[in-house]
Amino acid sequence: MSMIHVTTNVNGDDVEFLCDPRETLLDVLRDKLALTGTKEGCGTGDCGACSVTVDDRLVCSCLMLGAEAEGKSVTTVEGIADGENLHPLQEKFIEYAALQCGICTPGILVATKALLEKNPDPTETQVRYWLAGNLCRCTGYDKIIRAVMDTAADMRKAS
Amino acid sequence: MQYHTPGSFDDAVELAANAEGITRFLAGGTDVLVQLRADIVTPDILIDVKKIAGVRDITREDGGWRIGVAVSGAEMSEHPLLQKEWPGVVEAMDLIGSTQVQGRATLVGNLCNGSPAADSVPAMIAAGAWVSVIGPDGTRKVPVEDIPTGPGQTSLAKGELINAVHLPERGANGGDAYLRFIPRTEMDIAVVGCAVNLRLDGDKISEARVVLGAVAPTVLLVEDAAAAIIGSTLDEAALEILAAAASAACNPIDDKRGTIKFRTHVAGVLAKRAAKIAYERAGASV
Ligand SMILES: Cc1cc2nc3c(=O)[nH]c(=O)nc-3n(C[C@H](O)[C@H](O)[C@H](O)COP(=O)(O)OP(=O)(O)OC[C@H]3O[C@@H](n4cnc5c(N)ncnc54)[C@H](O)[C@@H]3O)c2cc1C
Ligand code: FES
Ligand code: FES
Repeated sequence: MSMIHVTTNVNGDDVEFLCDPRETLLDVLRDKLALTGTKEGCGTGDCGACSVTVDDRLVCSCLMLGAEAEGKSVTTVEGIADGENLHPLQEKFIEYAALQCGICTPGILVATKALLEKNPDPTETQVRYWLAGNLCRCTGYDKIIRAVMDTAADMRKAS
Repeated sequence: MQYHTPGSFDDAVELAANAEGITRFLAGGTDVLVQLRADIVTPDILIDVKKIAGVRDITREDGGWRIGVAVSGAEMSEHPLLQKEWPGVVEAMDLIGSTQVQGRATLVGNLCNGSPAADSVPAMIAAGAWVSVIGPDGTRKVPVEDIPTGPGQTSLAKGELINAVHLPERGANGGDAYLRFIPRTEMDIAVVGCAVNLRLDGDKISEARVVLGAVAPTVLLVEDAAAAIIGSTLDEAALEILAAAASAACNPIDDKRGTIKFRTHVAGVLAKRAAKIAYERAGASV
């Protein structure tokens, strides 16, 4: 099996890797680039635990090949904070205890950050629809939604 | 599995025509990757079409639209004019999957995966959309309804692929709509889908196309259902004949998500509701 050489950018850093053509971007992030923040829940696009942005577009990294990342710009949960400073969403998720086991959290943070960049003033319904592909088995979603709404309000005030 | 990224449709045709073994094209990958991961289909040759010039563009063409084969659902929903002229096509595509799936899924992938429940397909057929198919013998125009031949099957020959989707000129007093029934509010596969596209002359319907999904081995263009409303003002009597014609066309499967009786009934209900929305949109466009 011939390996494919890929050059891409992850969280602002240029990276290169070799991958099998069948390997997904999720496999590459976790196993080749040691970025284990991105989680695998289902591997079939249903749960959103693997959410990342590729050229600023929210996608499931389990439904994209590593080889497709050539020349792209990928952001994972590791790229959300600014060094030691957490992103406002991360702060609020802690404040609201919007997580229990935490397996869904990286995907939800990446997804909601993408939402707030596109729409800084979403309604609760819009947040819920946006997150329809991010499953959480622990929280019942309520705290997640409240944390997102409150972050959005704070970020609007700050800007 | 070999992975190729041809830079032109001619190169893609050559790769596909000379391919030995299972060949798949890679657009958004939301069907191909699921089938690969689940060991349902492991292609020997995977041809990624996204490096071909122009495949991400939505462009004006003869008053209608040309939609590239790698345009995602999200890009269609964000396009203000496409959404205004063909709201039914855009809303059907937008129903597919989650935000994440919308970032990648394409019309052509939805069509060529060949699911009888594919959401965008009834809407494209109702709109009178066609695709250009490129192959070793050149390019041909094919109406969307002639692409699927059965579950997971298409009429494309070896070496052929679709190089664009074309929507006709909307024209005056027209409107389209798509509705589906699913047991949940999001993230589910249609139990029944129905698209209606029509044109008004005054308050009377002068042209119509009614299309059903998920109630037969392929998406159905139901001429009797269109005939039921052409010439009418979509009054109660016309709506009843429309519903009966839609139900009569059904030949659905029976499973835990919907019995034959249920799917047949819902097809009639959705046909009425979609026709009302299309009628309203056509009126509003005057
Ligand atoms: C979580 C999830 C939810 C989903 N929900 C829905 C839903 O609600 N409704 C629905 O209808 N579908 C749904 N799907 C299925 C899928 O997302 C759609 O069918 C989608 O439109 C496929 O497009 P794609 O670009 O990802 O196709 P791909 O996976 O890239 O390709 C699909 C097929 O099309 C062929 N193909 C691709 N491009 C071409 C071309 N240019 N010429 C010829 N053949 C080509 C490929 O060979 C392959 O057989 C869902 C999938 C997931 C993972
Ligand atoms: S792991 Fe990708 S959606 Fe579940
Ligand atoms: S916190 Fe456990 S799945 Fe969401």
